[in-house]
Amino acid sequence: MPLLSVKNLHAYYRTEAYGISRTVRAVDDVSFELQKNEIYGIAGESSCGKTTLIKVISGSIKPPLRIEGGTMTYTFDGRDVDIASVAPEVMRREIRWKEISYVMQGSMSILNPVRRVRRIFRHVVDTHQGIDDKRKFEALCRDHLKKLGLPPDILQAYPHQLSGGMKQRIAIALATIFRPSLIIADEPTTALDVVVQRGVLQLLKDIQAESSNTVLLVTHDMAVHANVADRVAIMYAGTIVEEGPTEVIFGAPQHPYTQHLIASLPVIGDKGTRSALPGAPPNLASPPSGCRFHPRCPMAKEICRRVVPSMIQLDTLHRAACHLVGEREEA
Amino acid sequence: MSTDARLLELDSISKVFHIGGALTGEKLTAVNNVGFQLRSDKPEVFTLAGESGSGKTTVARLILRDFPVTEGKILYEGSDTTRIRGRRGTMRFMSEVQPVFQNPFDTFNPLRRLVEYLIETALNFGIASNRKQAEPVVDDALKLVGLSFDEVNLRYPHELSGGQIQRVSVARALIPRPKLIIADEPVSMVDASLRMAIVNVFKRLRDEENVSVLYITHDLATAYYISDRIAIMLRGQIVETGTVDNVLGDPKHPYTRILKESVPQPIPEVKGAWAKSIALSTMEVREYGRIGCKFAGRCPNVMDKCRKIEPPDVTTAGRVVKCHLYEPESE
Repeated sequence: MPLLSVKNLHAYYRTEAYGISRTVRAVDDVSFELQKNEIYGIAGESSCGKTTLIKVISGSIKPPLRIEGGTMTYTFDGRDVDIASVAPEVMRREIRWKEISYVMQGSMSILNPVRRVRRIFRHVVDTHQGIDDKRKFEALCRDHLKKLGLPPDILQAYPHQLSGGMKQRIAIALATIFRPSLIIADEPTTALDVVVQRGVLQLLKDIQAESSNTVLLVTHDMAVHANVADRVAIMYAGTIVEEGPTEVIFGAPQHPYTQHLIASLPVIGDKGTRSALPGAPPNLASPPSGCRFHPRCPMAKEICRRVVPSMIQLDTLHRAACHLVGEREEA
Repeated sequence: MSTDARLLELDSISKVFHIGGALTGEKLTAVNNVGFQLRSDKPEVFTLAGESGSGKTTVARLILRDFPVTEGKILYEGSDTTRIRGRRGTMRFMSEVQPVFQNPFDTFNPLRRLVEYLIETALNFGIASNRKQAEPVVDDALKLVGLSFDEVNLRYPHELSGGQIQRVSVARALIPRPKLIIADEPVSMVDASLRMAIVNVFKRLRDEENVSVLYITHDLATAYYISDRIAIMLRGQIVETGTVDNVLGDPKHPYTRILKESVPQPIPEVKGAWAKSIALSTMEVREYGRIGCKFAGRCPNVMDKCRKIEPPDVTTAGRVVKCHLYEPESE
């Protein structure tokens, strides 16, 4: 039984100003499943719809963002929940932070600079659970921090006294305090340097291994996925173009976009020339016809301009949406 | 190497900042006795690498004359940069040493067309005397970074991808025909898939246009890919410096080793050292004031004397290392 099953999800931003209406198709026909006890990675360039997808599946759907079709079903303890139809109060009391929590990019800006870390924890705990007993609250925080290997003294510190990596780890500690079933991490290490990135990702991995929950890791850095994720999905212009186990995605990528992403990564010890993909990501208000990748694809054919490629199941876990893959499979 | 063969020389510079009030303030040595040279007879890409808060950006700002050094001297083509006086001298220095900044979206005003910045630079430096003359100059600079005047003309920053804007930013720096580009984290805000486009521009500038680049980064993978020599900074000091093949191929300083093994490799099968857990600093500022080796608190090979005596600069295996583990090679 998957934790989350997303089927044919369409989420568009619809705006209307001065009589001009605009539709940004940020998530367009996305289907995937999140299993229990796994780290699922989503990779893709900026403005490919990664963050919109996260917003939708975490239930923060506010206009102009609207769901135009598809279903999203969570299964928490054998109970099915359709996240799009949950009342806001239930969402806040029962689901957010307890079942689904969210680690944001740039934790430097989520911690209030004039409050001690303890107050920030207090605020989160009060909003979602409510513990009146001061001693119980203190014990909960200290236990939790100790389990994560963080010094409990940091409760006493102000955010500006802490290093960037420590702040990001506090954000993770806050997100995991109620042991949620799903932790969504949106570019959790993008603003950090490599040593700190390694420490933060190790913490995230350790938490996942310890509590056997699900982590949805979103980042454009393929090297991070290679080291952390169990399965990876590649997003391009609002759609998933390829999905598979990490080893398969890196070892035998099928979609030309995935192939390019992996070939462009620099490796220490290899000075061979690497090239970046030409052109810019498409504007999602008017995406290209047919396969959305065709204007930048080195192998584009006539059919790619006209027909949207369908998802082809290559293996039990590996699938890709590309006409070339389809032709090869048929042959 | 005689003095005239040096394009830029940092002669054991230090920068002390005062934090806090006049009476209660503390001193923070952000740059501590740093020295390196760039040759003028042969252009090169010199990398300054290290984690956040290691003083890399302060070095860049000292070279760009944003603030004066506390101790030591910065020599550009043999003359002290603090002695530059008057509009003409300043303009000459500014036209020969040009910066590229970290966040391309902050570099340009979102309400102004990108091309205006380029034309203005050409006019300000006297490269062209009117708009008509400036256009071919701008076009030449844009061609060097793989763009063209027609592609960028009339565009606003939001219409281009981060990678493209960053290349426009490099093109702007190229208009006065500089001899040296100071690039401070030019790729860290850009998608991994677009980084190679920018990095390849620097490579081409060195090989075809005789421009030297001081590349400041925490991304060792791209540093290895483009640079000739590298200096690793930690808490204001250079701890290891030499050719990139020596330093990154076979790092000697324990900090460089940790940095290197923290770079996630884009190969899922090779997690090895990356998965070993590491110690992170909780509070950054404290390490600056440490006597002895600044890395002693986190070093896996720490000895008693590391906490008391500052390590000397030791020349070994083709590089200079600041560490007690190594004995000077007998001459």
